[in-house]
Amino acid sequence: MLKKDLGLLLLILVVGAIVAFINPRFLSPINLSNTMNLIGLYGLFSIGVGFVIITGGIELSVGSMFALLGVIFIDLLSTYNVNWVLAFLLIVLAGLALGSLHGFLVTRMNLQPFIVTLCGLLIYRGIARFYTEDATAGFAFGTSFPALEWLVAGRTFGIPHSFIAFIIIAVIMGVVLHRSIFGRYLFAVGKNEEAARYSGIRTNRIIASAYIICGGLAGLAAIFLAMYTRSISPASHGNFYELYAIAAAVLGGCSLRGGEGSVLGIVLGTILLRSISR
Amino acid sequence: MADPFLELSDISKTYPGVMALDGVSLSIAHGEVVGLVGENGAGKSTLMKILGGVVMPDKGSIRITGAPFTALTVAEASRAGIAFVHQELNLFDNLDVAANVYIGREPVKGGPLKLIDSKIMHIETKKLLRLLGADFTPATSVAALSLAQQQLVEIAKALSLDARLVIMDEPTSSLTVSETSRLLKVIADLKARGVSVIFISHRLHEVERCADRVIVLRDGRKVGELRQGQISHDAMIRLMIGRSLKSLYLAPAAPPRNEALELDDVSTSTFPEHAVSLKLRQGEILGLAGLVGSGRTELARALFGIDRKLGGEVRLNGKPIAIGSPREAIERGIFLVPEDRKRSGLLLDVSIAENISLPDLDHYTQAFLMQPAPEAENAERQRKQLNIRTRSVHSAAGTLSGGNQQKVVLAKWLSMQPKVIIFDEPTRGVDVGAKQEIYELMRALSDRGVAILMISSDMEEVIGVSDRMAVMHEGRISGFLERDRFSEDNVLKLAVGQSLQ
Repeated sequence: MLKKDLGLLLLILVVGAIVAFINPRFLSPINLSNTMNLIGLYGLFSIGVGFVIITGGIELSVGSMFALLGVIFIDLLSTYNVNWVLAFLLIVLAGLALGSLHGFLVTRMNLQPFIVTLCGLLIYRGIARFYTEDATAGFAFGTSFPALEWLVAGRTFGIPHSFIAFIIIAVIMGVVLHRSIFGRYLFAVGKNEEAARYSGIRTNRIIASAYIICGGLAGLAAIFLAMYTRSISPASHGNFYELYAIAAAVLGGCSLRGGEGSVLGIVLGTILLRSISR
Repeated sequence: MADPFLELSDISKTYPGVMALDGVSLSIAHGEVVGLVGENGAGKSTLMKILGGVVMPDKGSIRITGAPFTALTVAEASRAGIAFVHQELNLFDNLDVAANVYIGREPVKGGPLKLIDSKIMHIETKKLLRLLGADFTPATSVAALSLAQQQLVEIAKALSLDARLVIMDEPTSSLTVSETSRLLKVIADLKARGVSVIFISHRLHEVERCADRVIVLRDGRKVGELRQGQISHDAMIRLMIGRSLKSLYLAPAAPPRNEALELDDVSTSTFPEHAVSLKLRQGEILGLAGLVGSGRTELARALFGIDRKLGGEVRLNGKPIAIGSPREAIERGIFLVPEDRKRSGLLLDVSIAENISLPDLDHYTQAFLMQPAPEAENAERQRKQLNIRTRSVHSAAGTLSGGNQQKVVLAKWLSMQPKVIIFDEPTRGVDVGAKQEIYELMRALSDRGVAILMISSDMEEVIGVSDRMAVMHEGRISGFLERDRFSEDNVLKLAVGQSLQ
């Protein structure tokens, strides 16, 4: 496990060195700070998708969730003048609810994760476009939410808060995955669901929890993304982000057959992916 | 006399540690129906695998219509006209009958386009079905057919290959009585057309009805051959058994105590019309014998909460309990050592220590965090107690031998507080030395007051290890035996559904 992560780290350094050599501006403070911001944004939901992948499932709908939850978030703030703290919580809750729905459909209705979340991918974006009548949702001119903006889009010592949030979440999730009972169960279910069941693990609960965690992190990421772009055209916002998440998780050592992966790997996978695309 | 269709002489096959076949010779004439009987593990399936070209014999020769082979390949076997109707049907239930019959060798038209010529396929299949007296058309979807009808599709497939020898492995195990008689009639028709049949079955009265000759295998050797007129139920049983058993029995330290687990009319979905009642006492090993498919594993799964039981009551120490999931069974101290340890017993690429702690992780945590040290300590303790032979408890469970893997499964449960342990085929795929160790462990557990239910298809084991025995037949208990009435004869009679006089 450690070896794989070290290799990835080395690859990141090599890629970084090459890019810096070709284009020295890559290392400029502004660019580094921007890259960190993007790593934070993408990393938040990649961890959630990684959890689902570790159970042997797949989550394809996060990009569409960003469109749907994003327009709702902006609408709550600018049209309904909801307190931003409340709106923040509501959106995270909505993400958890969508995750629970996926978990329910996968474990109780025995539907294929691929089908369930592919339907999510199509439906959520459809709802978002219907909700806004396919118009771009944005904040009215001149409105601002200083506290919220500072919290999710601000910087401290040049480090974007999205990156800080990502690191905090990564540490928490790393402990959950690698040190808690739940994490053990997650790997056991991904490796051999039947043997896990014979060992008394409530496999359905564990699998559903992975989708719920993924949904919650997607809700959180939706807010960060919405405040980053500040306007959302539901037809294109977050397009293909699910694939970036899956790519980061797989690059980071998660096996699509389940049972393998680490949070550190997902973090490194995200960093590599973002530094390549810069 | 004409050459027989098939002649096997002196076929031997050794697997590591097991002599699966030892100098078996047999011949089958054209249009002859041969019954092949023997206990589980007598070598029937190895013999059939050799005929199918799946397994190479170590020694001996095979002659098909006079042409000699030392070993068959799959292609040679099917070219020679040997076809199989397997116990588990290999049909695609999303396709229609004709497509299943011609799967993999569909007639084509349209030259390079290679379109499937379904017209010819359907016409040819229809001919075969009429021959077999089938009451469905080639266009019927296989999903809509009963098991017996599906069996006919398999036979039609065999005939379409122009089979000269059809090998049927337990073809009647899932058929009803009337379906079975129809199958026996089909066998008679095949015989009339000069096709030879090898009929493998545990259901001896069916063998009695259809076979011209019966060959009995035991421990990889041909122990007898019955010709027409000699074939009888008792004669077959007599040949199938009749070996002196090594004494495996370890007497309990104390007589059994109170009832630990009581089953009252418990039924499972496999045999909804039959129910099981039995009492399992603390400090005894109750053997549960019976043929494969008699509903024993299903009973174990229901007791452990993997499947829901259909009806009846389970009592633990006198109190009725409901078990909805393995978690609930484990919390009550009812543990299962499953039949298929690679699939259900272990996480093969996870370390031994983590496998052992898996059902009881709460014990190895502090403030919700896993503590690797006590986990490894416990694994180390189990390794010493159970004599698990491994370099380290951190190696993957899959690297161990069968017997040591089984000890890891046991270690999982011994680290907790067992009240009842159900062993499903405890020594399948376990070498002789480790077998004895596992029996000793079982006895030590029962002496500590644990109630043990041991499902076993191994006659030597079930007779040698149990204190008392229940024999199952088609989802119900056909009889209980105390040690003084233990004999292979009695077990087999009960297992095939006869009563003891």
